[in-house]
Amino acid sequence: MAELRFETVSKSFGRIRAVRELEFTLADGEFLVLLGPTGAGKTTTLRLAAGLETPDTGRLFIGGEEVTHRPPAARDVAFVFQTFSLYPHLNVRDNLAFPLRAPARRMAEGEIRKRVEVVAELLGISGKLANRATQLSGGEMQRVAIGRALVRQPRLFLMDEPLSSLDAKLRETLRIELKRIQRDLGATILYVTHDQIEATTMADRIGVLEAGELLQLGPPREIYDRPRDVRVARRLGSPAINLLPADRMAELVPRAGVAKIGIRPEDIRLGRGAFDARVRQIEPLGADTVVLLDFRDARLHALCSGRNGLRTGQEVAFDLARERLLFFDARGRLVDSTDTG
Amino acid sequence: MSALDQARSIVEPTPFSRRLAAVVILVYALVSSIPLAWIVATSFKTPSDAIAYPPKLVFTPSLEGYVNLFTARTRQTPEYLASLPPPETWYEELVRKRNMVITGPSRFAGRYANSLIIGFGSTFFAVFLGTLAAYAFSRFRIPLKEDLLFFILSTRMFPPIAVAIPVYLMYRQLGLTDTQLGMIILYTAVNLSLSVWLLKGFIDEIPKEYEEAAMVDGYSRLQAFRKVVLPQAAAGIAATAIFCLIFAWNEYAFALLLTSGLAQTAPPFIPNIIGEGGLDWPAVAAGTTLFLLPVMIFTIILRRHLLRGITFGALRR
Repeated sequence: MAELRFETVSKSFGRIRAVRELEFTLADGEFLVLLGPTGAGKTTTLRLAAGLETPDTGRLFIGGEEVTHRPPAARDVAFVFQTFSLYPHLNVRDNLAFPLRAPARRMAEGEIRKRVEVVAELLGISGKLANRATQLSGGEMQRVAIGRALVRQPRLFLMDEPLSSLDAKLRETLRIELKRIQRDLGATILYVTHDQIEATTMADRIGVLEAGELLQLGPPREIYDRPRDVRVARRLGSPAINLLPADRMAELVPRAGVAKIGIRPEDIRLGRGAFDARVRQIEPLGADTVVLLDFRDARLHALCSGRNGLRTGQEVAFDLARERLLFFDARGRLVDSTDTG
Repeated sequence: MSALDQARSIVEPTPFSRRLAAVVILVYALVSSIPLAWIVATSFKTPSDAIAYPPKLVFTPSLEGYVNLFTARTRQTPEYLASLPPPETWYEELVRKRNMVITGPSRFAGRYANSLIIGFGSTFFAVFLGTLAAYAFSRFRIPLKEDLLFFILSTRMFPPIAVAIPVYLMYRQLGLTDTQLGMIILYTAVNLSLSVWLLKGFIDEIPKEYEEAAMVDGYSRLQAFRKVVLPQAAAGIAATAIFCLIFAWNEYAFALLLTSGLAQTAPPFIPNIIGEGGLDWPAVAAGTTLFLLPVMIFTIILRRHLLRGITFGALRR
């Protein structure tokens, strides 16, 4: 295992600037998730780390060595793709053994067999080794794909939305398994996803990427509670954060220069309080209910308990967890509410 | 019986349409195999049966056509034949009955060998070069890629024979007329455009993630190509090879123009097998029958791939 460092790395495809001056370090043994919408440059970042793309400018280091211009085979990293992850012409055993049989590695067949069996055991696919890759279910396929990365014991794992083609239930199972495996092996993983739940449940740190720019990098809690940018605030949380023009709640704005107030749905407490709204729509989720409110010509999502007796069209009072409100300036940057200067 | 039992998927053919399709296919197969059956039958007829009118559907089979195909013979007087020792083999006996003796082998075997060498040789090169070129066109950013591809295709936009005279003059200058090498180069060149285009389609369909995964896993691009792309392109390569072989094997015009002796292929040779008083039809039919075999065998071997191949990968998943 080794650390990965990006030093002001940029990459363009024609006129499209896929990543701009990317700069971060993935520590040894860390699980870092890059979160961002489609086209944010997540996959390009991974491909740069793997050597499948060469940066236009900037440098890349793995374990302290510069690898900017090294071919993929010489970087000792493993890549798990979103789809097309297994070779359809090989069975599961040969798929797992494929990286070990690489001419660059020249490993003895006995050792290969041993390693394949250990990994198959770890992932619970021992019974499927003789199956053709095409005879597996989606979940088994991605398990084998992850196994093919594990079997190499590389310095670094790169994963490109490996769970996103699976159904929700399977995704949940594999998410937990993947995190367990990462802890057990102390693996260094750079993981890319657009799924915020994957990000918050697995990551040691989350990097929020948008339009090729790394907006913020930090532990999930920090990203959620102290987003430095309105785009980061929007990225995490379901339902998404309410962003209210500052003039709708002028009484709460602590200082000049605030353009938007960010209110997390769970910070709206229905029932009693200084504000009045009308219930527009109710979405029961089971344990929780999402209530859509009409409030001073704006819409607010509130998250409250499943049993609340609310009805559509009803007037309701609410209060806010004021210490948790977020204020953003006109450029979308977080305004520190304690600093009144 | 509930309504559900009677319900039928609208995408599934009904038994009636299945039967109708079977009948249509059977009739089509029958019609297209009549000429083949006729040729095979004629190859086992005697010369007189072959030109009998009305045509004989029932006849005593004879191997005379095949004997005539493979041997050169001369007519002799009955007195001379009587003076000869009795025939040692069944085919000598057959020839004697027609008042002839075998003077040696005919040139057919050599022509047939030329066809095999030139046909399979040019197919190999067209597919080999075509696969590499198609891979490059499919995977790399090549300047003027679209124009190059169009240019390659444009060599198919005129009938090949339109360039017969320039090719002939060029070949004479280069000393390539009537050589196997010359014919292999020519057929390779003609087939290459087809093979590049067909194979590019197949390789485009193989997700590049496979090779990228292999490259990250420690393989070079060429190794990844061999281990990952080639096995998956096998169906496309097989289909392309069949198309190339059929063209090279059947090509007549260039073969007639550019070869006369050493490198002559079977197509210009077979129709000119002269027998007693004109064409020796059973021998021509025998030659044609033997000529059909390699392509038939090759196609049957690769049949499974061919079906997927001619549907241009539409059935691959």
